[in-house]
Amino acid sequence: MNEPIIEFKHFGFQYNAQAEPTLYDIDLTVRKGEKIVIVGPSGCGKSTLAHCINGLIPFALPGESTGTVTVAGKPTKEQGIFELSRTVGTVLQDSDAQFIGLTVAEDIAFALENDCVREPELHERVRKAADMVALSSHLLHAPSDLSGGQKQRVSLAGVMVDDVEVLLFDEPLANLDPATGKTAIELIDEIHEQTGAAIIIIEHRLEDVLHRNVDRIVLMDRGRILADMPPDELLSGPLLSENGIREPLYLAALKYAGVAVTPDMRPSSIRTLKLGENEKRAVSDWFHSVPIPPEPEPQPYLLRAQHVGFTYESGHKALRDVSVDIRRGEMLAIVGTNGAGKSTFSKVVCGFERQQEGEVTFTGCDWASLSLKERADHVGYVMQNPNQMISKTMIFDEVALGLRTRKVPEEEIRPRVEDALRICGLWPFRNWPVSALSFGQKKRVTIASILVLDPEMIILDEPTAGQDYRHYTEIMEFLRDLNAKGVTVVLITHDMHLMLEYAPRAVVFSAGRVLADDSSAAILTDPEIIAAASLKETSLYDLALLCGVDDPRAFVQRFIDHERREARQP
Amino acid sequence: MINIFNYVDRPSPIHRLTGATKLVCLLLWTFAAMSTYDTRLLIAMAVLSLILFRISKIRVKDVSFLLVLMTTFMVLNNLLIFIFSPQHGVSLYGASHPVFRITERYTVTQEQLFYHLNLVLKYLATIPAVILFVCSTNPSEFAASLNRIGVKYTIAYSVALALRYIPDIQKEYHEISQAQQARGIEMSRKQNLIKRLKSASAILIPLILSSMDRIDTISNAMELRGFGKNRKRTWYMARPFRTADFIAMAVCALLLAAAIVLNVVNGSRFWNPFT
Repeated sequence: MNEPIIEFKHFGFQYNAQAEPTLYDIDLTVRKGEKIVIVGPSGCGKSTLAHCINGLIPFALPGESTGTVTVAGKPTKEQGIFELSRTVGTVLQDSDAQFIGLTVAEDIAFALENDCVREPELHERVRKAADMVALSSHLLHAPSDLSGGQKQRVSLAGVMVDDVEVLLFDEPLANLDPATGKTAIELIDEIHEQTGAAIIIIEHRLEDVLHRNVDRIVLMDRGRILADMPPDELLSGPLLSENGIREPLYLAALKYAGVAVTPDMRPSSIRTLKLGENEKRAVSDWFHSVPIPPEPEPQPYLLRAQHVGFTYESGHKALRDVSVDIRRGEMLAIVGTNGAGKSTFSKVVCGFERQQEGEVTFTGCDWASLSLKERADHVGYVMQNPNQMISKTMIFDEVALGLRTRKVPEEEIRPRVEDALRICGLWPFRNWPVSALSFGQKKRVTIASILVLDPEMIILDEPTAGQDYRHYTEIMEFLRDLNAKGVTVVLITHDMHLMLEYAPRAVVFSAGRVLADDSSAAILTDPEIIAAASLKETSLYDLALLCGVDDPRAFVQRFIDHERREARQP
Repeated sequence: MINIFNYVDRPSPIHRLTGATKLVCLLLWTFAAMSTYDTRLLIAMAVLSLILFRISKIRVKDVSFLLVLMTTFMVLNNLLIFIFSPQHGVSLYGASHPVFRITERYTVTQEQLFYHLNLVLKYLATIPAVILFVCSTNPSEFAASLNRIGVKYTIAYSVALALRYIPDIQKEYHEISQAQQARGIEMSRKQNLIKRLKSASAILIPLILSSMDRIDTISNAMELRGFGKNRKRTWYMARPFRTADFIAMAVCALLLAAAIVLNVVNGSRFWNPFT
């Protein structure tokens, strides 16, 4: 066994600003060259744990600690943040926000510059690091020219120039589309093999991380480590689902089919999963036993976009001959890579941009003559980051803003705002300042401030980005309730689980065109569309193939039908 | 979107000078132009700066925004001087040769016209030089050059960071503004000033809050990668001085010396052809 590189001994930590400790009695050892994943719901202390390793705690974020943390044999307290940064390289969650340099090369060089490394060594080491992440042809590109995946690779190169012994990733998949996320996990794995550095990944998208092998999973909740074991063992037990972590979908399906999962089935990945004949038959039987729900009555068209074309001033042709029909009461997903046209499409629908070709009709009326504000009475748009929408200090005022600008009398505003707050579960907080709310609650405030205008349809950009499974379920179940009350919901998303579970229909954009318009189950089982839209095949499809199910596509659909009927509890 | 720091990437002898050289030259050049009203030197510098502008291969089209801005400022400056101090030239040059009369106070004199000519020449000598610096200095190199002339690197780097984030913040401003307009906030010029200020706050407050988050992340990221560790740092984009750099700086230093010498010889900052 290798010697330990990181050791926590009876470690506890409490931030100065908080009344309760964030970490309690942590005992954890990471050995040289190991690869571990830390999972846990939001607020469980996993980010705090990471800060204790890279030195942000206690040097940038002060607080009281008990016990010890040693990195490379020396207590972190005695090292300082700069000394630690030579051993531990950290890749933060938002690779856009941590891009410091004006170009790729400068960003990679940043740590070396601070170390006073001179020519020609400086250029040489930057080139080497860029080579490792396959970016040497992009050295002079600006961050705005790069995709999310490329930016992340720049951050990775930026910490690898220092030959660190530990690479720490804080939610590396958070801002990536499924295909890019898969590539990122593969890249981390390759770097692990090449450099032999210990890898620590903090992530709640467990199924995606397990795309490549890991040595151990550490499960945390409420500041404590609940489990620290090999993935096959942890995935066989009930601990994950009991603690609000989403299990891989294929395991959920096995459980529905009544199959008892054991470590020797190698359940940590669908590629390693071994099933006996009995288990395969159980899955297949379950598939045939799920009742097929009746087709819903088709509702009249709410919004029809016909042959819409849009070109930006820069000459970039963002939409080409796009036709999409949305029926009243639908809940549908719009998916595609960055730049595929899904955001532009929603901007054209809301009137932020005007299409040059084609027409948009709403309940049969042409929309060309309506202003942005008039359209907003029918279609509401909720931005990804609630901080980008909230401009008032009090929740009530924020939700009332749209009504006040429409000169609605104050005595009518009060009941309407109170209704919207009730629907969004914000009634208890109606007199609170916005700053006292969590991220998920702020999201609800922005949804309430749109709902108060009583639109027939709302468009949400990545409604669950950065949320853990518990909050994800909370937000999505809320949107489903809203949908059941008759509001048409359009979700712009990268998240395949969201699409599969909540959107019966999905429209796939690719290079400004509509590539596919079908049921989510059909789209996530079609290899061609998956490749073009940067999606990833769902593991349910692989499970169906493994079990010899005659119709894998229908298998995915039955799984969703089953889950919907069971109406999962948050 | 208007790009204020308008770097135009075109190979020219001016572009090949290092950022630090250009910054030093700009400072020497503007000091020289500011310190003297000697018409002969100002004419020479105005002509020279136009020649340099040609050499740099920057087209008027590339810099039209800056040009319009600075010209407007120049016209306003001259106009205001004439309105508030129509006989300034007379008191400076100690003579009065009236040309024509508007009112008693606003009698246009040769001396006043000559003073305005000098002012315009000052602008002609400095505007092309400033534009030249802005357009031929790679923003990445700018921070390195500030540091080279003695500005602390932590301060120099904050300039580079601002440049890095200007496009992001412009984009974010645009997005927030669209979403707020959809909620009924009018951004048109038809509104009165107070209403427009209120609308602006609906965009600026979210913009500031999300920028604060950004600052938090970036300062953590920088610290984790050793920013502030040493008293000095190196720069990836810094380039070594070459002969051309030394020549350029020497020429600018000579110009400043000439301006000082002329001020001494003339006995004041003004060259007086009237007495």
